[in-house]
Amino acid sequence: MSYSMELSGKAWKYGDDVDTDVIIPARYLNTSDPAELARHCMEDIDASFASKVTMGDFIVAGKNFGCGSSREHAPIAIKASGASAVIARSFARIFYRNAFNMGLPIFEAPDAVDEIEAGDRLAVDMERGSLRNETKGKEYRFTPIPPFMRELVAAGGLLNYIAKRKKGS
Amino acid sequence: MGMTLTQKILAKHAGRDAVAPGELILAKVDLALGNDVTSPIAIQAFRSLGATAVFDRERIALVPDHFAPNKDIKSAEQVKMMREFAKEFGIVNYFEVGRMGIEHVLLPDEGLVVPGDLVIGADSHTCTYGALCAFSTGVGSTDLAAAMFSGEVWLKVPETLRIVLSGRPAKWVEGKDVILHIIGEIGVDGALYKAMEYAGDGIAHLSMAWRFTMANMAIEAGAKNGIFPFDAATKAYADGRAKRKYEVVTADPDARYADEISVDLSALEPVVAFPHLPENTRPLSKVGNVPIDQVVVGSCTNGRIEDLRSAAAVIRGRKVHDGVRMLIFPATQEIFLQAMREGLMEAFVTAGAAFSTPTCGPCLGGHMGVLAKGERAISTTNRNFVGRMGHPESEVYLSNPAVAAASAVLGRIGGPDEL
Repeated sequence: MSYSMELSGKAWKYGDDVDTDVIIPARYLNTSDPAELARHCMEDIDASFASKVTMGDFIVAGKNFGCGSSREHAPIAIKASGASAVIARSFARIFYRNAFNMGLPIFEAPDAVDEIEAGDRLAVDMERGSLRNETKGKEYRFTPIPPFMRELVAAGGLLNYIAKRKKGS
Repeated sequence: MGMTLTQKILAKHAGRDAVAPGELILAKVDLALGNDVTSPIAIQAFRSLGATAVFDRERIALVPDHFAPNKDIKSAEQVKMMREFAKEFGIVNYFEVGRMGIEHVLLPDEGLVVPGDLVIGADSHTCTYGALCAFSTGVGSTDLAAAMFSGEVWLKVPETLRIVLSGRPAKWVEGKDVILHIIGEIGVDGALYKAMEYAGDGIAHLSMAWRFTMANMAIEAGAKNGIFPFDAATKAYADGRAKRKYEVVTADPDARYADEISVDLSALEPVVAFPHLPENTRPLSKVGNVPIDQVVVGSCTNGRIEDLRSAAAVIRGRKVHDGVRMLIFPATQEIFLQAMREGLMEAFVTAGAAFSTPTCGPCLGGHMGVLAKGERAISTTNRNFVGRMGHPESEVYLSNPAVAAASAVLGRIGGPDEL
């Protein structure tokens, strides 16, 4: 299960209010194919991201990450790009629930975000709730994920959670 | 402890006497909706459950409005998937091109959303229905799939930001200006995770169309929902339309609010939001010289008949500036017809504007008015993010319909009083 995983990779750093139109521009929403969406991930804010991101890397951003549209194509594109998680000061609410419903780990870690620079090597222990910046030799704690979110992930996502609940009732 | 409007509606739909901010609840939905961008993912997820039926054939709405009429082969395939799903599962409220409209104008106008409802939609502007004193919020496709299957949604009960409105707005100041002003004050995450509940005697001066515009852009302040109290205007709108019985919900006098702000409507002038965030607002008098290439009037924010009337009143007898393309999108077929009957369509076309069938089209840079590199538009839509209407190096300015129409004549951003 992904929850006990230790994630590691390098940081791709962005600013505040990264919106879903730059995560995946609407002109590509005529498909829901993850591989195709991944090819255009972050295109309008960072044209090099999709071709240079390597498996396990982190997107690190400021406040209100994922604001704007409800498009699930945004977390789908990020997940399919190979990025392992998003670390931000805060998340827009629809992006937040979509990420959990889809199984893309996201963390609110304001202190860490302020000090992480592009290219820093990061390691995240999701169970312990810790983030280590290996480049800078610093460790941070992040806001623990709410128990309900853990349940969703433990059930294998929202659909499985609902299906199990329906069967039980 | 008293409850806010949002808490009241959530408690009722969770089968509880009371709910408190921060609680996670499983609530029954009165209506779940999807569009041609979000439904395909929801349909695939729904099918992966192996379900043989939806929870209620009459409580799901599927509206192809974003890339419809189909802009290319891929879009056509997405809408086809929706159409076939609707047929297979007997979805009553599937709206075909020619009978459809922009979802957030169409569904309340059709009486499919009623006061007191709990509505979720796989579209961020689902919060529009708060104008009707309903709880409505945007979710993702997986949430829609789950709701189509179970009729339920998980929600965290939000805290509420109370916004007290007083005074009467001046001429040319519309609902759009009020909500842009509020977003300018509190920022694009100023109401993050919260409900925005309106109160105060200023509400009496806001038409239902303006309230829809204001609830619609709650998401642009990061809010979960925006909600207005039920009053005579709500009743007049809902009665005769509502396809289901409704119960009026009121906030408790001792409800607890996380925060409160007040807005004197009489002190506002028209507001323009500069690129690339809706919070970058300036009063019209401080805009300066901003030449434009395109003007868009339409969308779930400002595509109602009142919006078209406002723009038409400014453009009638005048001409769209030589260097400008003006595009008008009535939000539904019914509004299209009404605009024709009232001579609004003729006023626009005579002025040199294009008048289109309903679609979200250019609002999200989808089709029907995409911007080239370096081009600039003023638009009555809801977002001005980087690349929102086309090329990443194009720009979108947000305004009310009267200012958009005046700008079309001037060739630069300006107000009706300059004509």
